Amino acid sequence: MFYITIFFQYVAQYMKTRMQYRADLFVEIFSDLLFQAVNLIFILVVFGHTNLLGGWTRDEIIFIYGFFLVPYALFSSFFNIWDFNERYIVKGELDRVLTRPIHSLFQIVLERMELESLFGAVTGIAVMIYAGNSLGLEISWTDPFLFFLFVIGGMLVYGGIFVMIACISFWADARTSIMPMMYNIGNYGRYPVDIYNSVIRFVLTWVLPFAFVGVYPASYFLGKEEWFLYSFLTPVIGIVFFGISILTWNSGVKRYRGAGN
Amino acid sequence: MDKYIEMIRIRFLMMLAYRTNYYTGILIYSINIGAYYFLWSAIYGEKDAIEGMSVIQMSTYVAVAWMARAFYFNNIDREMAAEIKEGKVAVELIRPYNYLGMKTMQGLGEGIFRLFFFSVPGMVIVSFIFPLQFSADWTTWIFFVLSILLSFLINTQINLLTGITTFFLFNNTGLIRAKRVVIDLFSGLLIPISFFPLWAQDILRFLPFQGISYVPSMIFTNSFSNNEAVQAIVMQGVWVIILIIPIQVLWIIAKKQLIIQGG
Repeated sequence: MFYITIFFQYVAQYMKTRMQYRADLFVEIFSDLLFQAVNLIFILVVFGHTNLLGGWTRDEIIFIYGFFLVPYALFSSFFNIWDFNERYIVKGELDRVLTRPIHSLFQIVLERMELESLFGAVTGIAVMIYAGNSLGLEISWTDPFLFFLFVIGGMLVYGGIFVMIACISFWADARTSIMPMMYNIGNYGRYPVDIYNSVIRFVLTWVLPFAFVGVYPASYFLGKEEWFLYSFLTPVIGIVFFGISILTWNSGVKRYRGAGN
Repeated sequence: MDKYIEMIRIRFLMMLAYRTNYYTGILIYSINIGAYYFLWSAIYGEKDAIEGMSVIQMSTYVAVAWMARAFYFNNIDREMAAEIKEGKVAVELIRPYNYLGMKTMQGLGEGIFRLFFFSVPGMVIVSFIFPLQFSADWTTWIFFVLSILLSFLINTQINLLTGITTFFLFNNTGLIRAKRVVIDLFSGLLIPISFFPLWAQDILRFLPFQGISYVPSMIFTNSFSNNEAVQAIVMQGVWVIILIIPIQVLWIIAKKQLIIQGG
């Protein structure tokens, strides 16, 4: 209960600061939209030259992309921790966080929140509706629940991986730029994994399971029965990865000795 | 002139200091090239050629486009934004050099470092993994070198323009990000311009972006005839000259604005 109240207090505070700089907010949402548009344009241009991509049609690929945008939007709103090392370790801000009686990761998540990214979920759903319509997909009563479950699972997969990368800072001093690399690998999961070679497919499924953010869960709604097993694994993988990342975080925090100032 | 060359050298040495960035950089680029390689192989499927390019030409195109990006890409727009916001730019302006020229030189230092320590070794690594095709024709190489230098100039000019806008906008991180996204798509880094629908190609012809990535990559993959290559390089040169105008105009206005703020 305590955590929920804190969450809403942070959200209220966030809204206040954001509304002070409305132009900024607008430009940021606009550049997000632009980014999403570029990826869509890529798909559209590519399908101007081919009808199938490894056996998947244009609308199916667009649908997967639309689905991907939803967990990704949640992830970028709440796990904006790509500068964790610089802000919290190098500058020593983690000292301040650790003195407070809420879980340190939860606090950092709240502090670095970027709620305007949630707008991406709206575009994602719009894209899905468009693609779903042209594919003639039917919505059954279970779909909204499964969609919710899969989206949360996908967000946890992303969150788990990025929290684990942030944890590297507890053990290694060197400044690493693994984070941007992960964003790139994350994009792999947006396309049907059967187009990659088997090593990459294995990595995207079990090691850095980005495929569970895009193609696997979306396959369920597309009625691709051969992938159903993977679709239903989405929340499991999400919970497992996020769980591991929390454990890693906790033991990392125990090791943390402060910036030494 | 000496002080500008010194700037290139200092930036070059600065880049050497951040070694982890460098190793992960090569990895990031290889991963990107890998992703697009698989994607394009799937797109080609059974086809021999699309828009006159074979699969091998296409994978070479992708690899060259990303490796060339390492050379022309720089963050001087972000650096300018930071210097302007922190007020450091006032000190920079009274120093005995041209601020914009200096920024360009810093970008060049960064580019030269990445070209030799990043693009070239990266290209060697990538060519072991994916089938690429290198031209044996020396004219192609000369055209490519010329073209990639002009790419650097065009991209840097656009970065300078974005950087200068910090004088007018309080926060332009969104704008900088938007610019990067637009350049990646419209410069032909992600898809060759010739793959776009014709109406889009007609519009893009009037924009400077394809001089950044499309032209050098097409030259490298021998997708341009010698004639086309010369024409494209001349167009790049024309853009370099045209872009000087808005930069100078905005710069003069910006300097005036700075005096008002500082007074």
